[in-house]
Amino acid sequence: MNNILNQIGIENYIFLSIILFCIGIFGVLYRRNAIIVFMSIEIMLNAVNLLFVAFSTYHQDAQGQVFVFFSMAVAAAEVAVGLAILVSIFRNSGSISIDNLKNLKG
Amino acid sequence: MSILLILFCVLAAITLSTAFLTIFSRNPIHSAIYLVICFFSIAGHYLLLNAQFLAIVHVIVYSGAIMILFLFTIMLMNLNKENEVHKPRITRLGALVSFCLICLVLIAIFINSKPIVGEYITTGEDYQSIKVLGKILLNEYMVPFEFASILLLVAMIGTVLLSKKEKLQK
Repeated sequence: MNNILNQIGIENYIFLSIILFCIGIFGVLYRRNAIIVFMSIEIMLNAVNLLFVAFSTYHQDAQGQVFVFFSMAVAAAEVAVGLAILVSIFRNSGSISIDNLKNLKG
Repeated sequence: MSILLILFCVLAAITLSTAFLTIFSRNPIHSAIYLVICFFSIAGHYLLLNAQFLAIVHVIVYSGAIMILFLFTIMLMNLNKENEVHKPRITRLGALVSFCLICLVLIAIFINSKPIVGEYITTGEDYQSIKVLGKILLNEYMVPFEFASILLLVAMIGTVLLSKKEKLQK
């Protein structure tokens, strides 16, 4: 069984994950639509998961992949709660622009 | 250049371009569909790394559950219009500059991090089939596994409570 990283190299995965993570950051900063901001957060989570799996192959160890499962569970919970919050914001203010959220009062 | 490297480059190009298109497309539905393609290509990366079970779970959870949730929310809010007001130009410029700087810094950190050994270790033992993963998940990671179920339960209750319509106060 040949290690696949012999032909691709771990550094290519590192660079891919970095660029994907930065795209996520860029999306959070660039867009106003809260749903797109959520999608950017998903992109960031996926970049980290990809790096976990790459290093799990690098060390030939399954624990990285187990961690990815937990991160997926947390991502699913986060998306469900976040979208519910978005729906209730939409009901109250009629739009989901994140700039509307600055007139929240405690 | 081996065929695996070519495959990796194609998948990486698809991943990065669809991620950019997710952010730049005006219509949220288009964004969601580009994001589905991005997730499928990441599942392709997992398959390339021979993590089959993870690839399947990724397709089911992300492309299946999460994206359907996104699409339904977009359709419920009736947001498939392209009337979003952009942020002020200075904010967008700041976002672009910070994107470039973060990319530069992170890549500069990791550009010299090539492993010293030329060859990667190959133990030859099976470490990522469903059987092995299930054993690890239910032996060593038993407690976090149970906590994940509690987390999902709490998230479900919270979602129902948050999205329930409030009663009109009299």
